Amino acid sequence: MNPFLALLWREHLLARRQGGGAGLTVLFFAMTVSLLPFGLGPDLPLLAAIGPGMIWIAMTLATLLSLDRLFQADYEDGSLDQLALMPLPLEAVVLGKALAHWLGTGLPLLLATPLLALLLNVPPALFPALIVSLLAGTPALTLLGSVGAALTVCVRRGGLLLALLVLPLYVPVVIFGVNAVVQAGAGEGVFNPSLLFSAALSIFAAALAPFAAAAALRLNMG
Amino acid sequence: MFGYANPQRFLGLSRAVRPWAWSVTVVLFAVGLVQALVLSPPDYQQGESVRIMYVHVPAAWMAMFVYTVIAGASLTSLVWRHPLVDAAGRAAAPLGAGFTALALVTGALWGQPMWGTWWVWDARLTSVLVLFFLYVGYIALWQAIEDQTRAARAAAVLALVGFVNVPIIKFSVDWWNTLHQPASVIRMDGPTIHISQLVPLLVMAIGFMTLFLSLLLTRMESEILERRVRSARLMRAREEGPFEPALPEAEEVRG
Repeated sequence: MNPFLALLWREHLLARRQGGGAGLTVLFFAMTVSLLPFGLGPDLPLLAAIGPGMIWIAMTLATLLSLDRLFQADYEDGSLDQLALMPLPLEAVVLGKALAHWLGTGLPLLLATPLLALLLNVPPALFPALIVSLLAGTPALTLLGSVGAALTVCVRRGGLLLALLVLPLYVPVVIFGVNAVVQAGAGEGVFNPSLLFSAALSIFAAALAPFAAAAALRLNMG
Repeated sequence: MFGYANPQRFLGLSRAVRPWAWSVTVVLFAVGLVQALVLSPPDYQQGESVRIMYVHVPAAWMAMFVYTVIAGASLTSLVWRHPLVDAAGRAAAPLGAGFTALALVTGALWGQPMWGTWWVWDARLTSVLVLFFLYVGYIALWQAIEDQTRAARAAAVLALVGFVNVPIIKFSVDWWNTLHQPASVIRMDGPTIHISQLVPLLVMAIGFMTLFLSLLLTRMESEILERRVRSARLMRAREEGPFEPALPEAEEVRG
């Protein structure tokens, strides 16, 4: 079997058999979103106006929360050293793990989004734009997060530090992601410039983040 | 550059340069502050509060410049494993965070009379705030990892990743041009600011630069001395043998 596919399959099996991972993240996402009306009041027009932004922020937090174990479990039981010995460059291992994480966590979050958008009274006409903007932007969240996860792999209770390191890097992703929905609402279509910028950020992160994350892992394993 | 990887040689150079750097800083600040706060004319629109600019603009320049220095030091550290640039990055980070905080605070003080609010979520203000967060994250990563060489390399990777953000700050003015005025000193067609304001601004800017240099040298020197104290202590501990606390004699167990 192709080593890259083998890595994806391993990650998938681990995520499925360990239980909890994706399901808990989706629950966290749903609860954060449903907490908002309690903080802001049940004003439906207000919720409709800020809904896409709130969903983007909840998505960011949910992604961040699920990232801190991305490399840590493998680091602790030594399988990261085995992965580094695979006939794949460590950069490809990082890319594979990030892809598996996105498929296992990002995609379920995306599937839950329409339901939560309904709860926040987001107009159904904006659903395609919201979903497409998340589809374009969330890979960047996972990839940038993988750099933070690699940097904090040997730090005990590194989750909070990971958030501190990665959240500033998430700012452009959130700006363009939310803007893509706003522009679509203003009649510029789903594939507006902001959406293209979101996709560009994801591609840019896919090109550079694996190198940074692999460098961080090497220094932590050495 | 590589000759000064030797801390002793660096200390020699630094000790020779540092008094000069501090003297130039004091002179520049004395001249610059008098020019900026007393001699320069008030602005026809902004009145006296334009004088905040003479601190705000150099601080904002330094905020970006210091991050660039850290990124350069990080690249040097990762490529050549140069031990002194690690110390430089570590010493520069709190200074950069301080300049960034100064830019943000003076900006808020200026914004209150001019825009009628302390803070607006303008793209440029926001990206300077993000720059501040990047500094804080860099400092936090240094502190979180105990092994100093590991911490240095991790912080270097983080600084290079964050460095992608610095051009976004510089050009965000043109991208999301909203409330903040576009750049008026560094432009292709020459500065648009009047000469009576430009001179004190540049004096202050150079003063901030030498202040940074003086503080950086001072901090790096004390970092090197601190390391020596630490290794001297370790050496003494090794000579004295393993540490054995004087335990009270265990009482014999009686059956």
